[in-house]
Amino acid sequence: MPKTGGNQPAGAHSHPGASGAWVSKLHVPTGSSRPGEVPDFSALHLVSDGALFRPEPDCEVRDAEPLARGLVRVLDDEGVAGGPWLPELSDEHLLQGLRHMVQVRAYDERMFRMQRQGQLSFYIKSTGEEAVAVAQGMALDSGDMLFPAYRQQGLLFVRGRDVVDMMCHCISNARDNCKGRQMPVFYTWKDGNFFSISGNLATQFSQAVGWAMASAYKGEDHIAATWVGDGSTAEADVHNAMLFAATYRAPVILNIVNNQWAISTPQSFAAGGTTFAARALGYNIPGIRVDGNDFLAVHAVTDWAVQRARQGFGPTVIELVTYRVAGHSTSDNPDAYRAHNESDAWPLGDPVTRLKDYLIGRELWSEPQQQALEAELKEAVSRDWKQALSHGSLEDGPHWPVATMFDDVFQHMPAHLLRQRQQLEEEE
Amino acid sequence: MSRSASTATETEQRAADRETMSMVQAINSALHCTMAADPAVLVMGEDVGFFGGVFRCTEGLYEKYGAHRALDTPITEGGIVAAAIGMGVNGLRPVVEMQFADYIYPAIDQIISELARLRHRSGGEFFAPVTIRAPCGGGIRGGQTHSQSPEGIFTHVCGLKTVMPSNPYDAKGLLISAIEDDDPVMFFEPKRIYNGPFHGHDNNGGGSGSWNDHPLGQVPVGHYRIPLGKAATIRAGRQVTVLAYGTMVHVAAEAIRTSGIDAELLDLRSLLPLDIEAVAESVQKTGRCVVIHEATRTSGYGAELVAEVQETCFWHLRAPIERVTGWDTPYPHAFEWEYFPSQRRIVDALQRTLAYH
Ligand SMILES: Cc1ncc(C[n+]2csc(CCOP(=O)(O)OP(=O)(O)O)c2C)c(N)n1
Ligand SMILES: [Mg+2]
Repeated sequence: MPKTGGNQPAGAHSHPGASGAWVSKLHVPTGSSRPGEVPDFSALHLVSDGALFRPEPDCEVRDAEPLARGLVRVLDDEGVAGGPWLPELSDEHLLQGLRHMVQVRAYDERMFRMQRQGQLSFYIKSTGEEAVAVAQGMALDSGDMLFPAYRQQGLLFVRGRDVVDMMCHCISNARDNCKGRQMPVFYTWKDGNFFSISGNLATQFSQAVGWAMASAYKGEDHIAATWVGDGSTAEADVHNAMLFAATYRAPVILNIVNNQWAISTPQSFAAGGTTFAARALGYNIPGIRVDGNDFLAVHAVTDWAVQRARQGFGPTVIELVTYRVAGHSTSDNPDAYRAHNESDAWPLGDPVTRLKDYLIGRELWSEPQQQALEAELKEAVSRDWKQALSHGSLEDGPHWPVATMFDDVFQHMPAHLLRQRQQLEEEE
Repeated sequence: MSRSASTATETEQRAADRETMSMVQAINSALHCTMAADPAVLVMGEDVGFFGGVFRCTEGLYEKYGAHRALDTPITEGGIVAAAIGMGVNGLRPVVEMQFADYIYPAIDQIISELARLRHRSGGEFFAPVTIRAPCGGGIRGGQTHSQSPEGIFTHVCGLKTVMPSNPYDAKGLLISAIEDDDPVMFFEPKRIYNGPFHGHDNNGGGSGSWNDHPLGQVPVGHYRIPLGKAATIRAGRQVTVLAYGTMVHVAAEAIRTSGIDAELLDLRSLLPLDIEAVAESVQKTGRCVVIHEATRTSGYGAELVAEVQETCFWHLRAPIERVTGWDTPYPHAFEWEYFPSQRRIVDALQRTLAYH
């Protein structure tokens, strides 16, 4: 047995008791549920409280403070829209938002099934949090730069990326614009001002601030927006991002997607008993906590942050309170770490259903139209999938030529890589 | 009682003490053994507590030892290592799990500038007995951020021990040594062989096996140590020495078997400290050496091995020392088998070496 006592601080008297263990006083957080438990989201304090006012986008941070701990909502539990945050959005815009969300869901379902059939090595769904990327994407201009994490595929649909191209990336075939180098869902799309997604969590958060600083430096009006998960906020990059954004008043929107879980770890491990929006206050950035499953509220809050950034008043942190309905990815089974069907107990409902019901209530939409839309988009995804496969599959190709793995390591290939490439070609 | 009877009894007893374990189970068993023996030992990291780790290595610890000893952490590798250092300084013996070796980098300052140097800079006053476990290596279609083998970065840092086992038996004995060592240890676990040995992706004799059928899948249930700094001879041979570790031990063994070359294969197990005596003894006997690792080539650990062999065996060498490694590119998702050093690439190198007379 090792001599742990040899490293005790001078004068320390704490030794394990006769039973061989200390009586621990260490606090370890718990979450909304573990398997077999009844889900309990009361610790989230999901009530609007002080968030029932809308300050001007150029306000002082202290004037927006209650928004960091309340919950901005537009659609109430009955689906009625109202309050100071009610956005002025055209009917077409709202219907388009619904369409995007339904399409994201259809795409996710299909890709998930294809992963289960072995056509993709991996996949990540955004089920239950589609309003985040879709409403926020729609609130931004096409010239604004997006620095997403891996669960904001909705942005690509808003920006009109070709679905076949997305699929071709996910199966690393000859038409994959990542050239077979990246795992599925780590999209990149420069033409759409969509930054290359990293596998290392949170790195994009502070890079987005740098992009925004460059935009201000050059006197331009484009802003940057970036997304990170609740768990990922623990990384130092998130704190670096807030500090730089505040220091240089960078035109950036820092979005924290609080979907309650980071793989098996509850959001409480990163939140430490406060809200994620409240983190912003210490950096002198306004923090707004919003019902992330309320398309209208998400849109309105993002509009506010866009105005603030574009007018030169600097960054906003938005916490989007939502729920990760699916597993983390195709690699885990959530029943192993949270109550089965915990999502049924989620108090903020489903973003697609809520927007749909609202539109039906306003007689802009109907159930038969919804069913037709779902069928149409499911059909479209099937067509796209067939077309994607016609460019090659993960297992059988065609892929990019193997030797292209040596391209793009540098702008110009140095001699040692030329030699290695030649060796590979001789092996083939 | 005759001598043979008593030997049989011992063998039986030893067999009874052993169980078939995968590498995951062997690592888990090492954690159970050390945590049972010493209340200062705890595991900490992302998803290691309630969930039991994304690769299941910490399964059952939460139930047995509680949330504070199978400690789920926020997702901040730098924060995790920093906290482990502080806990280590205050009498605990933290075993950190990095979810993937690819995610160590946010912790690099805490590891290199702090953990590795604390004893030295404080004139021997302070130390932090932290073990950092990290699943490494490719072969699971993990793309560039779930496939890397960064061991060479850490062998380059003074003050860190660096270990990479190739089988369940070694994994358990080495991990117990690492945890009980008062110096910090980087403990790399090749995830491709977590659940069975892997012989490479070549069509001839490739594919994976199961630890059930492997002698080193028979693991003592209790506490035992394998000392850090001791290589193991996997196969004795006369023509050429092959130095490998981790997954590549199995690929090399199969390449040697199918090629019929009489190679001596050493599993280094511990990269730092390195068992240079075993290496030199073998190379001085064979006069030839091939160094294999999955990590990228340039400034990789293989370069260190080549230098050591050259320094200790120069007058015995009959051929240039060869390196078989991953390419100097990020690990590509679609081309992982073209990237992964294959049996064929190993046999080619062996034959090139043997062509010198
Ligand atoms: C630097 C780094 N550490 C760890 C991981 C492994 N990992 C991938 S996703 C994830 C959980 C992230 O949770 P959260 O930020 O809440 O995002 P969500 O998946 O819920 O969208 C972890 C730990 C990683 N990709 N990068
Ligand atoms: Mg999350």
